Amino acid sequence: MKTNFTADQRSNPLMAMMEENLRKCVHCGFCLPSCPTYSVSGDERESPRGRIYLIKDMLEREGAPNKEIVTHIDSCLSCLACMSACPSGVNYQHYIDYARHYVENHHQRRGFERFMRMLLVYTITHAKVFKIALKVAKLAKPFSRFFGLKISNMISMAPTKLKTAEITNEARIYPAEGIRIKRVGLLMGCAQNVLRPSVNEATIRLLTRMGMEVVVSDGVGCCGALSHHIGKNDIARDSAKTNIDAWLKEFDQRGLDNIIINAAGCGTEVKDYAYMFKDDPAYKGKAQKISDLTRDISELISEHQLPTVKLSNQPNIIYHDACSLIHGQGIRLEPREHLKSAGFEVVEIPGRHFCCGSAGSYNLLQPTMANELKDRRLALIGEVSDSNKVSILATGNIGCLMQFASGTDLQVVHTVELLDWATGGLKPPY
Amino acid sequence: MRMPTPDAKIISKRSIIVERLQQIVPRGAFGENVIIDSAGLSAYECDGLSAYRQLPLVVVLPETTEQVSKILKYCNETGVKVVARGAGTSLSGGALPLADAVMLGLGKFNQILNIDYANRAVVTQSGVTNLSISEAVSAADFYYAPDPSSQIVCSIGGNVAENSGGVHCLKYGLTTNNLLGLEIVLMNGDIIKLGGKHLDSEGYDLLGIMTGSEGLLGVITEVTLRILKKPETARAMLIGFDDAALAGDCVAAIIGSGIIPSGMEMMDKLAIKATEEFVHAGYPSNIETLLIVELDGPLDEVTDLIARVQNIVNGLGSGYIRVSESETEREKFWAGRKAAFPAIGRITPDYYCVDGTIPRARLPEVLMRISKMSQKYKLRVANVFHAGDGNLHPLIMYDANKLGELERAEEFGTEILILCVEVGGVLTGEHGVGVEKRDLMEKVFTEEDLKQQQRLKCAFDPNGLLNPGKVFPTLHRCAELGRVHIHHGQTPFPDIPRF
Repeated sequence: MKTNFTADQRSNPLMAMMEENLRKCVHCGFCLPSCPTYSVSGDERESPRGRIYLIKDMLEREGAPNKEIVTHIDSCLSCLACMSACPSGVNYQHYIDYARHYVENHHQRRGFERFMRMLLVYTITHAKVFKIALKVAKLAKPFSRFFGLKISNMISMAPTKLKTAEITNEARIYPAEGIRIKRVGLLMGCAQNVLRPSVNEATIRLLTRMGMEVVVSDGVGCCGALSHHIGKNDIARDSAKTNIDAWLKEFDQRGLDNIIINAAGCGTEVKDYAYMFKDDPAYKGKAQKISDLTRDISELISEHQLPTVKLSNQPNIIYHDACSLIHGQGIRLEPREHLKSAGFEVVEIPGRHFCCGSAGSYNLLQPTMANELKDRRLALIGEVSDSNKVSILATGNIGCLMQFASGTDLQVVHTVELLDWATGGLKPPY
Repeated sequence: MRMPTPDAKIISKRSIIVERLQQIVPRGAFGENVIIDSAGLSAYECDGLSAYRQLPLVVVLPETTEQVSKILKYCNETGVKVVARGAGTSLSGGALPLADAVMLGLGKFNQILNIDYANRAVVTQSGVTNLSISEAVSAADFYYAPDPSSQIVCSIGGNVAENSGGVHCLKYGLTTNNLLGLEIVLMNGDIIKLGGKHLDSEGYDLLGIMTGSEGLLGVITEVTLRILKKPETARAMLIGFDDAALAGDCVAAIIGSGIIPSGMEMMDKLAIKATEEFVHAGYPSNIETLLIVELDGPLDEVTDLIARVQNIVNGLGSGYIRVSESETEREKFWAGRKAAFPAIGRITPDYYCVDGTIPRARLPEVLMRISKMSQKYKLRVANVFHAGDGNLHPLIMYDANKLGELERAEEFGTEILILCVEVGGVLTGEHGVGVEKRDLMEKVFTEEDLKQQQRLKCAFDPNGLLNPGKVFPTLHRCAELGRVHIHHGQTPFPDIPRF
């Protein structure tokens, strides 16, 4: 693609990298049908190819972007389906991340919107605040129709029942059962441990049963993805640095074979720490090390063996690929294989894979599109759930889990909860 | 690229045009359907031939045929040009915007309307992608045969407009051989239906006229297609050669023996390298030319045909044959070929895909001359070739940011196309003329031929408002071409009897 960056713009290494990335795009359009927002709207400004053009325009012109451009950047889910589809190798992930950061720094959002975005990140990433917010939302449920779409959507997303976590984010070591084969660090996640503490509990049970010592290290917290995806790169970098330091301390003092992540969105982010700090002399090597150690829970299971299956008559389940797993980390087969090994019949959702609309805080910030995508996905799921007697929907990311749970009678669980159950753990829901 | 001079009068009336379009197509649940800001317009500034770019006057995204009809009627009455666009994947610039034209995007025409297995027909809106038609009927073991490389994204309306081919057209024909009916909107706003689920219709073959008309005659809003039962067996063979001439001989020998493969494709070393990086299809890296030959039909027939092809290949001394052992593997073999064009983007910032057709026997000579031109123009070229039907796609690599490289690539492409005509071939195989080959039309047609073709356009679009500047090197006004003119209610020569 032809670009028109000035020599001065190219002297900024980040901008130069964006140009290099842009130049790979040959405008073939192969990304269009993979994009959920284009599939819904039929508007090329809502497609990856269109957004690449809009962003190019924004970066070349510099200064404040016009509000049309901001609208179409904001409406991108960052599901990264376009990256899987792109034959010429455009790294859309880094491109859109940069664009969001650019917008954050050069565009003045309306007061209310700015406040909402800040509040959202702060609330979700701080467990105590988040718990209070969820309680307030629960109380507000009967009155949700009196608020605007965004607020009422947030209220409806809040679960009606909240279980207190048996395990907390506090540093702790969970010893391996039998002979220890590995020592792994677990990222507990920020929102996940409030919304569904059972995911981490099941993960710890499963891993220790597999012979792994699981360690929750002091200081490890939010991965930074939530802030990163709304352009607040500074907050994201701070979160990343805190985690990198905490894990490296653990690594140096008592050893760490892997870092395990069971929320796919966080996994994509932590695996990208290496890129995030590649121009930071102090953190470059450290970040690379952490990214190299990081595995999604399904990858770790593939590298070892699932414990003996103790359950019989496992129900049929439907598996939904979290975008951050299938596109962000290229993990498609592993979770299916594990579920099958654990005795579950995996029913596939018909048609092409699409995002469920969750996408981090997207469903809270862009409720119209998010709800449309959720409804479309659930309609397809509905086509196969009854005929296959399915009552459970499994997925590998807390975001998808909450998104689906707000719109279906199926029991929505994390893959790891099923694997734990089949190999001697508790039956969800607990 | 020279385009018709924009009409300043129309541009000055832009706000009135926009207002009227907004009345016809109001804002939808997911945003404005009339695009006016320059950043938004830039998303539509080019199609798959990104060397040529132009911001359109305005983009409108209608949702219904009635809206298309109202838009065209309004534009016809006010003299505003219209360029239709499906998925924007044309490689000949067929959907290149004009500064004084409304761009009519059909992205919202994305519903399949009716699947009729008893009549082996699918009725679909024109913005639906080629591949999603096959996907929609796949569970019942049917498919839609024409499969352009861009089938994952290209729209079926665009396929009809360009009479697209694809790797399977060698055996199953082009779009025109698989098309049953159309709904089109004429420039005056009339909505007409041609054909249907049946094989033939009364009167002239207007479907044939619309197919390949490159957006010059009407806007396609609905398409009825013939679907086929999937073959019982299909297996693809990878055959490697150290010499392109031998590969050419192999193609000739296979076709000459009476075998009709369901696909027969050729790729050279550079194309293999680029696609292998994306698809990991398992193409061999140490060969000069790769042939992909697919055979389909009942199991016994396919087994027999594979043995016969193997014999031919062995006789020619190829050192590499691999036959797909599963459906997944067969699809993988094709996935590389289908992503070949854009995968070239991995080794060059820009490319220009040429589309010409040559007699198969002249292939080795043509490849050799292209390779010499490559040295002359100092630009690399990768070759992808629908070997079975002689359709050549050299991909000329250039860097649009380097001064003069685009011009060199254009000259290189022109020389290749002239060579195609010289050896007895034609200008295009399946990508259409568009703007890309427009100025070369005179190399194959006489002036009278071209005028005759334009008279046909006049019958559909007398004001010349639909996609002007494409296909024809000279724009004639319909009056010049001797259109029957009605003056004061009187046709000329009133004494001639009329029926």
